[in-house]
Amino acid sequence: MNCKDFLKELTDYLDGTISVTVREELDEHLHWCRDCHVVLNTTKKTIEIYRDNRLYELPEKLRNQLQDAILSKCKAAKQTRKSST
Amino acid sequence: METIQNKAGEEITNEMALVQSAKQGDLEAFSELVKRYDRNVFRIAQHITHNEEDAQDVVQEAFLKAYQNLEQFQGNSKFYTWLVRIAVNEALMKLRRRRSDKTVSLDEDVETEEGSMPREVADWSPNPEQLYGQSELGDILKKTIQGLPPGFRTVFVLRDVEGLSTEETAEMLGLSIPAVKSRLLRARLQLRERLAKYFKSKRGGDGQP
Repeated sequence: MNCKDFLKELTDYLDGTISVTVREELDEHLHWCRDCHVVLNTTKKTIEIYRDNRLYELPEKLRNQLQDAILSKCKAAKQTRKSST
Repeated sequence: METIQNKAGEEITNEMALVQSAKQGDLEAFSELVKRYDRNVFRIAQHITHNEEDAQDVVQEAFLKAYQNLEQFQGNSKFYTWLVRIAVNEALMKLRRRRSDKTVSLDEDVETEEGSMPREVADWSPNPEQLYGQSELGDILKKTIQGLPPGFRTVFVLRDVEGLSTEETAEMLGLSIPAVKSRLLRARLQLRERLAKYFKSKRGGDGQP
């Protein structure tokens, strides 16, 4: 296994969707390849940072406004449908 | 474990009941579905459009379309999967309108060679998040993910931020499973490389900025 092979399997390795045999080969490669070791750890960290620091949370006030707007549009659509049938 | 599964099972049954009631015109039931998913749809829309006004429009239009087309929802997939598919299409449409080239698609910039070795392999600080204040960190993360092509960042957001499975993501985006996996790999590697600029370990470096 070389670095290119390792990268191909990186997503499955991180997601834990990999066979035992391939995992063993990857672990063996990681044991001596510093670059792949760093890439693995920092990619893992990248995912964690984005997962833990959720961007673009919807503020409660805006959320209420959006919900009201959606429901009144749905109501109007429902009425149009009713009157057309 | 059993309880968790039961709970998830109950939620799905409950959700199907809500969808059924909404199909029969029960707005109260539809409102429950809106409350359940509006935050997720907003986040996804913001990530695709980079524009708060557009994201708000996407949330409204996606739910309205879902309501108007509920009859077409067969229940073969989860309601959420179906809803996000509508929202992603709406968001891409917004993005196209904002950009001068009208060709934005999920296939953009994906022809790069698979699995090429990252250029930057410097290690990061042990606690990179602590190098910046909360709002500065948020700006860095936004700026970095915005630099990815839409097809990459959408897959990354669905899989790694929203925590959806590869299969669900493929269904939402109308992509094959290998296509989702390959985009996810490229997205993760590109983000990693771009973030290295901010999070690189200062120790043992060559002294270059």
